[in-house]
Amino acid sequence: MNDTPMVEADRVSKSFGSNQVLRSISLTVKRGEVMCLVGPSGSGKSTFLRCINHLESVDAGRLRVDGALVGYRERGDKLHELKPQEAALQRRDIGMVFQRFNLFPHMTALENIIEAPLRVKRMSRAKAIERATDLLAQVGLDDKAASYPAHLSGGQQQRVAIARALAMDPKLMLFDEPTSALDPELVGEVLDVMKQLAKEGMTMIVVTHEMGFAREVADSLVFMDGGVVVESGVPREVLANPQHGRTQSFLSKVL
Amino acid sequence: MNPESLSGPAAGATPSPDATHSSSEGAAIKSVKLRHPIRNVFAVIIVLLAVAFVYDAALRPAFNWPQVAKYVFDRRISEAAFNTLQLTVYSMVIAVLLGILLAVMRLSPNPVFKSLSWFYLWVFRGTPVYVQLTFWGLLSVIYPVIDFGLPFVDPFISLPTGDALNVFQLAIIGLALNEAAYIAEIVRAGILSVDRGQDEAATALGMSWFQSMARVIIPQSMRVIIPPVGNEVISMLKTTSLVTAVPYSFDLFTRSRDISAEAFTPIPLFLVASIWYLAFTSILMIGQYFLEKRFARGIGAAQPEKKVTVATGLVTVVGSPSDDASEPPRDPRGDGTR
Repeated sequence: MNDTPMVEADRVSKSFGSNQVLRSISLTVKRGEVMCLVGPSGSGKSTFLRCINHLESVDAGRLRVDGALVGYRERGDKLHELKPQEAALQRRDIGMVFQRFNLFPHMTALENIIEAPLRVKRMSRAKAIERATDLLAQVGLDDKAASYPAHLSGGQQQRVAIARALAMDPKLMLFDEPTSALDPELVGEVLDVMKQLAKEGMTMIVVTHEMGFAREVADSLVFMDGGVVVESGVPREVLANPQHGRTQSFLSKVL
Repeated sequence: MNPESLSGPAAGATPSPDATHSSSEGAAIKSVKLRHPIRNVFAVIIVLLAVAFVYDAALRPAFNWPQVAKYVFDRRISEAAFNTLQLTVYSMVIAVLLGILLAVMRLSPNPVFKSLSWFYLWVFRGTPVYVQLTFWGLLSVIYPVIDFGLPFVDPFISLPTGDALNVFQLAIIGLALNEAAYIAEIVRAGILSVDRGQDEAATALGMSWFQSMARVIIPQSMRVIIPPVGNEVISMLKTTSLVTAVPYSFDLFTRSRDISAEAFTPIPLFLVASIWYLAFTSILMIGQYFLEKRFARGIGAAQPEKKVTVATGLVTVVGSPSDDASEPPRDPRGDGTR
C-alpha cells in the first residue's frame, strides 16, 4: 500500500498582514487517519485547514498533500506558483465542509451535489444523478433530493454539504467546525455521518469542539493555540492526561 | 387614539383565528379585527379628489380628447411606438450583456481587465447620454473611413463602415454603450452581495473562477440585480426620446412632437405619447414581476420543492418515471424540522 502521508506539513507559517496566524506547524496525517484539530478560536486551526486546499497560501515551510506540494511546483530549488487550473485540479481531490454549510441556495439538494461532478469532472448527467442519489441515501436524505437548502434544517443542510463534497470522490476530507452552527439536537446526525465516513476509511481532518467525537473517532488529536501545535497524540491520552498547561486550561473549559 | 381600538379586549395583536388547535387546547380566538378609521377617511378623500380631477380633465378643452382618440392608434404613432420599443429592447439587451461582462471584468483577478472596465465606466458614466448620442451621430463625420470608431469600444461590438450604420443602429449603439456602464455597476453590486462562502465552496469543489461566477455567484446575484435593472429598462424606454440627438426622429416622442407641430395641437399628442409610454411600462412591470419570482428560487417560502417533471431532469434518471411522477410533492415541513 502507498505509504506517502496524505498530508505532510513541514514548518508551515502563515501571516495575514502583521498578524502571524500559523507559526512553523509540522504535522503528518497518514492515509485513512482521522485527525481532530482542537483549540481556542483564533488559534489558527481553520486557517491551517484552508491552507491544505489552497484557499489560503502558506508563506513559509512546505505543505504537501499526497506527496504534491500545495499551490506550488518545485523546480530545482525554486517554487513556481501553480496556474489557477492546476490549483483547481488539486482541490477537486480534497473535499471541504464548512461551518456555515455554504450550500448553493438557488439549487436543490440534488443539484448542489451534481454541480461539481457535471462541470468539473464532466461526468454525464445520468451518472451524476445516480451517484448523487446514492450519496443522499448514504447521508439519510434520499427523500430531500428536490428540496432547496432553505427548506432543510441545519443538520440536513450540513449532510447535503457532506454529500456534495463526497460526490467528487475526494481522497481527503476537511471539516471546518461542521457542527458549530447547528442546534444542539442536530449535532448528532451530522457526527453520525462523519463517523460512518471514518469507519469506511476516509482520511479526515476535523476542526471541532466536539471532544466526544474526537475521543471516539479520531486516531490523533492536535491541540493548537496561538498558531503553534501545543500538544498532539492519541485523543484518549491527550484528553485524559494533557501535558501542557494551555491544553489543560482549554480542556477544563470545554469538557 | 380612537374608541374602537380600546373597546375590544384582544383587538390587534392576536394570532390569526384560523390557526388550528386540537380540542384539548384552548378555544380558538375569534377577535374583533383592528379597525383603521383614519385610513378609510383618507381613502375616501383621495378617491373624491381623483374623481373630481378626472371629471374636470374629461371636459377641459385643452386636452382635446377627440384629438387624442384620433391619434392614439394613428399608423404613424403606433409605428413610432414600435420603434421606441425596439430601441429599448435592443439597447437593453446589449447593455445587460456588456454590463455583466464589464462587472465581471472589474471583479476579476486580472488587473488589465480591471483597469479596462474602470476606464469604460469613467468615460461612459462621466458624460451625458445626450452628448454621447450626438457624438454617435457625428461618427461618420469624425471617422469617415475607419470602421472601428471610438477608442473605447468594447471588442465584442464591431463596427462596419460609417455608411453601413444607419441612424437607428447608431441610436441603439449610443444608448446601449451608455447604459452598459450603469448596468455594470448594478451587476457589480449584485455580485458583491453574494456571501463569500459561496465562492469558497465552489472553489473548494474544484470549480474555476469563471465556473463559480457563471454557475454560483451570478445566478444568486440576479435576485439583487433584477429590481434595479427593471428600473433601468423603464428609464431606458423614456431615454429613447433623446435619440433625436443622433438625429433619429421616428421614436414615439419625436414623432408625436413632429405631428403636433403639423397639427398645431401639442397637448393631445403628448397625451397620446404618454398613453403609449405608460402602456409599455405596465407591460415591463409585469415582466419584471415574473423574472423576480423566477430568481427567488430557494429563497423564502414560495415553491419549497422543485416540481418533479421531465424538464427538471429529476424524473428520467432517478428510478423509473412512474415512480417519481406519481408521487406528489412532499410537504417540506413533513419531518417537523424548520
